[in-house]
Amino acid sequence: MGIRFILMVNKQGQTRLAQYYEWLTLEERRALEGEIVRKCLARNEQQCSFVEHRNYKIVYRRYASLFFLVGVDNDENELAILEFIHLLVETMDRHFGNVCELDIMFHLEKAHFMLEEMVMNGSIVETSKANILSPIQLMDKAS
Amino acid sequence: MGSQGGFYQSKEFLDLVKSIGEARSKAEEDRIVLSEIETLKRRISEPDTPKRKMKEYIIRLVYVEMLGHDASFGYIHAVKMTHDDTLLVKRTGYLAVTLFLNEDHDLIILIVNTIQKDLKSDNYLVVCVALNAVCKLINEETIPAVLPQIVELLAHPKEAVRKKAIMALHRFYQKSPSSVSHLVSNFRKRLCDNDPGVMGATLCPLFDLITNDVNSYKDLVISFVSILKQVAERRLPKAYDYHQMPAPFIQIKLLKILALLGSGDKQASENMYTVVGDIFRKCDSSSNIGNAVLYECICCVSSIYPNPKLLESAADAISRFLKSDSHNLKYMGIDALGRLIKISPEIAEQHQLAVIDCLEDPDDTLKRKTFELLYKMTKSTNVEVIVDRMIDYMISINDNHYKTEIASRCVELAEQFAPSNQWFIQTMNKVFEHAGDLVNIKVAHNLMRLIAEGFGEDDNTADSQLRSSAVESYLYILGEPKLPSVFLQVICWVLGEYGTADGKYSASYITGKLCDVAEAYSNDETVKAYAVTALMKIYAFEIAAGRMVDMLPECHSLMEEFLASHSTDLQQRAYELQAVIGLDAHAVESIMPSDASCEDIEVDKALSFLNGYIQESIEKGAQPYIPESERSGMLNISNFRNQDHHEASSHGLRFEAYELPKQTVQARIPPASLASTELVPVPEPVYPRESYQTTTVPSVSSDAAELKLRLDGVQKKWGRQTHFPSTSTSNSTSQKTVNGITQVDGSNTANSRTRETYDSRKQVEISPEKQKLAASLFGGPSKTEKKSATGHKSSKPSSHMVKSHAPKSSMEVASEKTSPVQQPPDLLDFGEPTVKSTAPSLDPFKDLEGLLEPTTQVSSAVNHSSTAAVTKSPDIMGLYTETPAGAHHKDSDILSGLSNSPMTNMVGGTTTMQVAQSSKSPNLKDSLEKDALVRQMGVTPSSQNPNLFKDLLG
Repeated sequence: MGIRFILMVNKQGQTRLAQYYEWLTLEERRALEGEIVRKCLARNEQQCSFVEHRNYKIVYRRYASLFFLVGVDNDENELAILEFIHLLVETMDRHFGNVCELDIMFHLEKAHFMLEEMVMNGSIVETSKANILSPIQLMDKAS
Repeated sequence: MGSQGGFYQSKEFLDLVKSIGEARSKAEEDRIVLSEIETLKRRISEPDTPKRKMKEYIIRLVYVEMLGHDASFGYIHAVKMTHDDTLLVKRTGYLAVTLFLNEDHDLIILIVNTIQKDLKSDNYLVVCVALNAVCKLINEETIPAVLPQIVELLAHPKEAVRKKAIMALHRFYQKSPSSVSHLVSNFRKRLCDNDPGVMGATLCPLFDLITNDVNSYKDLVISFVSILKQVAERRLPKAYDYHQMPAPFIQIKLLKILALLGSGDKQASENMYTVVGDIFRKCDSSSNIGNAVLYECICCVSSIYPNPKLLESAADAISRFLKSDSHNLKYMGIDALGRLIKISPEIAEQHQLAVIDCLEDPDDTLKRKTFELLYKMTKSTNVEVIVDRMIDYMISINDNHYKTEIASRCVELAEQFAPSNQWFIQTMNKVFEHAGDLVNIKVAHNLMRLIAEGFGEDDNTADSQLRSSAVESYLYILGEPKLPSVFLQVICWVLGEYGTADGKYSASYITGKLCDVAEAYSNDETVKAYAVTALMKIYAFEIAAGRMVDMLPECHSLMEEFLASHSTDLQQRAYELQAVIGLDAHAVESIMPSDASCEDIEVDKALSFLNGYIQESIEKGAQPYIPESERSGMLNISNFRNQDHHEASSHGLRFEAYELPKQTVQARIPPASLASTELVPVPEPVYPRESYQTTTVPSVSSDAAELKLRLDGVQKKWGRQTHFPSTSTSNSTSQKTVNGITQVDGSNTANSRTRETYDSRKQVEISPEKQKLAASLFGGPSKTEKKSATGHKSSKPSSHMVKSHAPKSSMEVASEKTSPVQQPPDLLDFGEPTVKSTAPSLDPFKDLEGLLEPTTQVSSAVNHSSTAAVTKSPDIMGLYTETPAGAHHKDSDILSGLSNSPMTNMVGGTTTMQVAQSSKSPNLKDSLEKDALVRQMGVTPSSQNPNLFKDLLG
């Protein structure tokens, strides 16, 4: 399964994007987000970018005010996930140009579309930025 | 595009997003969302909402759910939106549906039809969108509705579609492996797709397939190695590069797969050594992604059949990780070390100080990882230090989940490596005291059994010492104010069995303590039940030893309370206690033999001891027993029931059964025997014996009921026992699940081993703090080697070693299994063992060639139109013509490739599709693409006939 969920949360702990690759109810999501966000926000720069939480491992990375948190299985390569987050940010950067929290908020669906191209069934399927963005650009052109 | 929204976003939406963004507290955010819900409820169901507006509403719904509020009122609108013609609107609809609904939601059924329609669309982007939805929304029951279409899409000319179709099949495999079991060959085929994206995606399902069944995919080793080699040599398009690394995510996936395939398989591993070595050399260890690949290499090296050179590279990489300042790298280093020490235990030594730094680091993540490492490297020489540290840490944390885990690890290590009984008992006490009720009840049962069976089978004095020290420490601990229930159960049981065994404590002292426990924890029924049974044992032992029993007054009052208890279990136990006390020494001794908890229970299933009684009854005129199968109706059984519960009889007419009183007596025998057979693994040895010996008729019936009641409290404790002989000899797989239950023999060896090494360890403890810790963890340099070597040898049969090698050994078993399976046909067909690995690969690749040649033709022809793609195509060609070449003698001729394809009928429709396409002119293909583009641009044709467009554009 690999990736269980991807969250974007700002430093106040407000969710900006949430994508789950296994079904959780609204209550479970809320509880999970609350717990892990609290855990991750409490950590400092020097500490590992990985946190164990129940049977997940959370790999997180901070960009300005926004935290990217990825919940993975225990046998996932944490460093690779860390770089996957960066790839996601680079991809968004290419699309939005200097991406910021507001870009994601105003174009929530676009951010989701990018994730849809990159991750399926909890596995990383596409890492070429051109391939990730081309369907989105085609759609933009069409509308 | 600025951050101020797109072209069609309304002011309302912008305001909403802004206000959410500016919310300073969760309460404020909730207020905004709640008022938004009200607005949406009103607006969303208004008729004739323009679809742009609708799309916006749906995204606002997504916001509502994302921020933790229920938006189910709008789900149906999201579902409706998936019907829309405009791609962006449709996709947003699908997105919202995948976010809102789980695959078993009632609304899904409404979408399946839309998905089916969209999968047929000739706009490939629509197909992609539908495939995304398939991956999220299709459940096991709806798989057949879309499966044929998805299989067709595997041959779609657009790589994006093929990629997503593969992932849809992957999803089906995850949901229900049997639904796609006949399609597995497609994954192999797509591995050789001419688009690297599709190939990369195919690795995901293959990884899962290989995880579940390694041996069916050994033939792919060469292909994987060849792909990995080409990736590492930068043969993939530049677009896949990430921070100057060629396609690192694909490399990592491939290394994971190789690790599975090479595990315990020397031949397969030998094929991998070169490429893994190359990657070790090429990896840039200054970048994160380089280190990620390096880490994966280490994992691979420590999983496949060991190779000294690679192990050396891995050790180098680990030491670089551990020496780094980055906590992330240290973490990876510790993890990697944990993997490598299984193969070369000596490398831990050079990193001892780094490990201790990590252990003492304030970062919790790092600390836990280090504990995991310590757990893996525990030996009898360092178990005390490690377990003590673990317990200290366990006490310091609040996270119950992790507390439970670390507690069970402590128990496991203590059971395996305990240097002395004293230490073992004390460690267990600490774990129970602090982890309390988090500890699995099995652990408690296990501890009881360990105490009962002892460590040394031949050494009775050691066993009784263990018991005495347990009793002593428990009596001491009982002074603590609040103890966890599980621990109290253990204490009661041990005090009951062994409290008076060594004669140090009098029966009245122990019974007094037990009464105290029962009183102090008066709302814990289980503990009380344990206490009563313990009391009964103590009294029984006293009676059997010929001593006078005088019950303490508090015990009397306790019994009176229990006799009237609401809990039938407690009541039953109290009555039994009363009954036992009234019996003579001989009877008591056979009911409650001293220290007999470990003896096997012999169950006389035929109930032969009743033969005399039956004979007697028959002679007196009773009717013989008719087996249940020969009985006509349920009459006897219902009679029996009625007899048991006088009140329960609802049929007045049944009273005519009065004339058959004797029959019912016999009818009781089958239920009793039934009960006893179903209880075979269950009963406490004592109770069945008791009941069979005092075979008075009423007690049989009450006994049957009583045995059933007993199931809850006693079952697990004793359940293990009857199975024990078989589990102790069984292999590692069962041991792991049992959580150290069968470690007894392992700890025997560990125990005897420790005694030898115990003294040598003591000498080390002179140097300063950290050195000391290091030494106690890792042992002296010269000593460890010898010790670990002997440890290895002697503990081979012990469960710990078996367990740490579990993946490997299971692999060995697996490979043993297959070699006979694989070999016979090979021997017959080829004779040469070297051909063996390539032989099975022959078929899929033959298929492939038939497929590949034409498609590459097409795509390269298409690619001529765009310059960007031209640079791409040679790469691809190189990649995929080489892959099959490595595997077998290649048919490079296109013609023969083509002529092959009709022959391979198993590919079915897919093949013919491809061939048909290859016969089309590239122009046509081009025009189709243009057509698709036109559609995306908004000219959505109302007609379903693509030919119209073909003519226009062609």
